[in-house]
Amino acid sequence: MIRVVLPAHLRALARFEGELHLELDEPVTIERVVAAIEERFPMLRGTIRDGATGRRRPYVRYFACERDLSHDATDAELPTRIARGEEPLLIVGAMSGG
Amino acid sequence: MGSARRLHEGCDMSSVRVLVGTRKGAFILTSDGSRRDWRIDGPHFPGWEIYHVKGSPVNPERIYASQTSAWFGQVMQRSDDGGATWSTVGNGFAYDGVPGTHQWYDGTPHPWQFARVWHLEPSLDDAETVYAGVEDAALFLSTDGGATWSERSGLRTHSTGNTWQPGAGGMCLHTIILDPSNAQRMYVAISAAGAFRTDDGGATWTPINKGLRSEQIPDQDAEVGHCVHHVAMHPARPNTLFMQKHWDVMRSDDGGDSWREVSGNLPTDFGFPIDVHAHEPETIYVVPITSDSHHFPPDGRLRVYRSRSGGGEWEALGNGLPERNCYVNVLRDAMAVDRLDTCGIYFGTTGGSVYVSPNGGDAWHEIVRDLPAVLSVEVQTLP
Repeated sequence: MIRVVLPAHLRALARFEGELHLELDEPVTIERVVAAIEERFPMLRGTIRDGATGRRRPYVRYFACERDLSHDATDAELPTRIARGEEPLLIVGAMSGG
Repeated sequence: MGSARRLHEGCDMSSVRVLVGTRKGAFILTSDGSRRDWRIDGPHFPGWEIYHVKGSPVNPERIYASQTSAWFGQVMQRSDDGGATWSTVGNGFAYDGVPGTHQWYDGTPHPWQFARVWHLEPSLDDAETVYAGVEDAALFLSTDGGATWSERSGLRTHSTGNTWQPGAGGMCLHTIILDPSNAQRMYVAISAAGAFRTDDGGATWTPINKGLRSEQIPDQDAEVGHCVHHVAMHPARPNTLFMQKHWDVMRSDDGGDSWREVSGNLPTDFGFPIDVHAHEPETIYVVPITSDSHHFPPDGRLRVYRSRSGGGEWEALGNGLPERNCYVNVLRDAMAVDRLDTCGIYFGTTGGSVYVSPNGGDAWHEIVRDLPAVLSVEVQTLP
């Protein structure tokens, strides 16, 4: 089981509260996690990654295990603790503004 | 008498619903025909920028909303119960083919890139059909209630398209006007490309900017490149258009083929919105703003100006509006009129106030204050 925490705006859009739990086969990658989120919540298509290019939206970040994974390859395996569900993958709206 | 006829004549209507888009959500303001007491409902979609909310003239319970965020992109919403509940619909705005480039601020080529939907224009005869004007400037159409969108690419691929340049707010298609007498004709306006007309349902487009002069561009009377802020039309006079340009208030009586200035005695002819009285096609409204570098009313005094002669001669309307220390702006889509017997005029400010005049501008009162900055105001006149 993969645990995912979505930002508040996307939880509201999906009408979903709390931590999201996904069942994914290995290898667990950002690409596969986001695809599973979009499949379960079609209204989130285009909000995490661009609907046309598939690229992460510039102000969205992927954090896990106290690391910023935003710039890693999206088909790279996520840390073992994420794949085992020991820690959540955090999808975050980046800090910006003054 | 059928309901459509009643809607057109505006004789039996008893209530209004004002749809307000703001920087941090949407609000729905309702009142009976007296327009004295108001119910404020919202925020809908709190925290998101709501560029535009507009109802179908065919089915007023069908409302479309553009919800957007710098973080999470474009979301489209649809209501089938007058805004009580909402459902997300399609947000796939893909340009037709390889979109190429337009001019960037520094004059270099810049790839066309979708940013957001600025304006929604529901069809005059089908509630499932709606147009969307987007940034970077293009026109999209949905015929399935917003589920899917396709570009009417004849506009963006106009031979001048690669010369278009963004205004300060982005290169946005912000105005869409459907001609009620001719389903093949519509008008759009783009900052800072200018105004365009189609006479074949959107397949091909003609720039309609003859008579415009803009000191901010190298060729002041160029075919394109003018920063048109807004255009308005009375449905009974589809060949007459009124325009608030970056500077200058303009008028055309030949469907945009030519324009003449009607700024007349306005204290300043810079501004954003322009609208036409529901029952008097020669009565028009603007909100003069000090200048392009001072986006607030002259002398800190908020006043709407009305012309009963289709421009040229203007009168100040300030009864009930702030007399001093008012430094807000009124954005291009933030003015609307209802169709009650005594036409109501509405506008919202970047300071978060929404005002109404239930008597054509003679006196105003504040419906609500301290909302987030108002981006758009539309009004539905209901039976």
